[in-house]
Amino acid sequence: MSLHHKRILVAKPGLDGHDAGAKIIVLALRDAGAEVIYTGLRKTPEYIARVAIDEDVDAIGLSLLSGAHMELVTETVEWLKKLDGEQIKIFIGGTIPKEDQQALLDMGVVGVFTAEMKLLDVLAAIDKALTS
Amino acid sequence: MKTAAPQTGKPRRTTPSGIEIPAVATEAMHNGHLELPGEYPYTRGIFPDGYLGRLWTMRQYSGFGTPEESNQRYKFLLDQGQTGLSVALDLPTQCGYDPTDAMARPEVGKVGVSLSNLREMEILFDGIDLAKISTSFTINGTAAIIYAMYLATADQAGVPRAKLTGTIQNDILKEFVARGTWIFPVRPSMRLVADSILYANTQTPRFNPISIAGAHVRDAGCNAVEEMAFTLANGLAYVDELLARGGDLNGFAGRLSFFFYVHTDFFEEVCKFRAGRRIWARLMKERYRATDPKSCLFRFGVVCGGASLTASQPYNNIVRVAIETMAAVMGGAQSIFTAAYDEAFQIPTEESAEIALRTQQVIAHESGIAQTVDALGGSHYVEYLTDKTEEEILRVMREVDNYGGVIKAIEQGYIQRRIAERARQRKELLDAGERVVVGVNRYQREDQNGTVRELFKMDPKTAQNIVAKFNEIRDRRDNGAVERNLARLSDATPKDRENLMPYIVDCCHSYATVGEMVATLKKHWGEFREPTGL
Repeated sequence: MSLHHKRILVAKPGLDGHDAGAKIIVLALRDAGAEVIYTGLRKTPEYIARVAIDEDVDAIGLSLLSGAHMELVTETVEWLKKLDGEQIKIFIGGTIPKEDQQALLDMGVVGVFTAEMKLLDVLAAIDKALTS
Repeated sequence: MKTAAPQTGKPRRTTPSGIEIPAVATEAMHNGHLELPGEYPYTRGIFPDGYLGRLWTMRQYSGFGTPEESNQRYKFLLDQGQTGLSVALDLPTQCGYDPTDAMARPEVGKVGVSLSNLREMEILFDGIDLAKISTSFTINGTAAIIYAMYLATADQAGVPRAKLTGTIQNDILKEFVARGTWIFPVRPSMRLVADSILYANTQTPRFNPISIAGAHVRDAGCNAVEEMAFTLANGLAYVDELLARGGDLNGFAGRLSFFFYVHTDFFEEVCKFRAGRRIWARLMKERYRATDPKSCLFRFGVVCGGASLTASQPYNNIVRVAIETMAAVMGGAQSIFTAAYDEAFQIPTEESAEIALRTQQVIAHESGIAQTVDALGGSHYVEYLTDKTEEEILRVMREVDNYGGVIKAIEQGYIQRRIAERARQRKELLDAGERVVVGVNRYQREDQNGTVRELFKMDPKTAQNIVAKFNEIRDRRDNGAVERNLARLSDATPKDRENLMPYIVDCCHSYATVGEMVATLKKHWGEFREPTGL
């Protein structure tokens, strides 16, 4: 796996406080060799996009379980565009209904992961998205 | 005569918390001295007659969208035989933002009902008799405000405060380590909790002003032992804070209540409750010298479901919740919320919510398990596991003590890191197939993820409607009165010996909003800074 030397920001946009999944991904990515920054809870899309650019990350992982994913992911994508950070890839984790998963992928998101996927599969998918 | 356990050649098996499971339990494995139900230290239950006098309260967590929509769902549930209400609030209300705030906008009305001011609460309880129905609010960061709003609602409806029954969760400590609806730093948050409990003791003697909750750390990854240990440790921190603020132990201890998850490992869950009840009673009597027996009673509600539910093959969740409900009953719960089978991925539909309630009713009225008190008491395995669970809980509590107590452990992120590590371990055991979950890593089939007959659809206009009503109230209320009440709250906040509750109640009466009250307190206290190191 080539997650070594990759820089990844894991973020919790909005007010959702479910952070178990985000933290599991932080720990797993770090063990896979990536440099990981975790924002903590309750961040705005603008803040997340700015941190991602300032920290020169390769990807942002957004964790969302409150049903506000469509709005918050759209805003994050828009902020990245506005701040010339379009090269930064976005992947999503959380409670995302099937019909929304495709819409998020259409928006340019590179992966949508749910709780029942295996961690190794999630890491492999992130790895693939970052090397392609 | 005591005999040794039979030896087996099988590899060691343990409960999910890591306690060894004997192939056959015997009398030699437990201490065997059991008091009767209703006798200190209450291993067998806090009431001599168990559920014979009164069944547990069936209380389904529910609420979404506008107060009107939630009011309708509550009336439906009450018509179906539910015996108490449990209000789910949206995240803006929980985190202290008005629906018009930029931070709130994407979340308005999503995971619960919006209750940003008294008008919304009046609508929520329209046609429901607050003197008769007990209501529980899962509210923490803004618990003092929502409780004050409930008092104001009762005042307006002419219901005497002393008649109110119900619960506010009001457990901020666990919000800092899981769930995350904190607002202020730890220490002023503790003051607000203590103020509301002490005020409630005088105003609403039948109301539980706190429900110290392990449920959320459990759902975030803890095992059953840690869930109970962290919760009891938090409970002690509240007792210390209340005593420091001049509370009388025998005055407040009897109104402290608790809240837990029940997952599917039946015996471990039953024994967790038996052990917790015993530890709490002993702590209250031996460490705090409680003299009123009521101060030692460990009263708790539970939720069945949560992280034990799966999005794959969701109908299996009905079976899981039934097993969990039986464990809650055998463990002696005072109130039970059964999650709906679709809750792993959506707000329950009316149909799934009804099946969840029916599950409790079948267990209550058909299974017969509530017909005798503590039917499992005296079982060698149950008593063995109760003893072992107690030892393990006390061990984890000592670890927190050795770190410097819960407040320090939370401020420095110690408990948060422990939970995150445990969550990852739990996930890895699942991925490796060592922890079997039917339909997920065993007997799974393609395309069975989140597939149900009926999908819940939120009215897309909900947020818009909430914001429109909110603006209307702000235009119609007496803004001079709001400003005066907020100013009085602001003046009282830096005075550490003042109880802030009367000021907050006045603010609510004048239709001040949650966001306005929180902003007033934030001016003095600032916000919690989350330790994000992992």
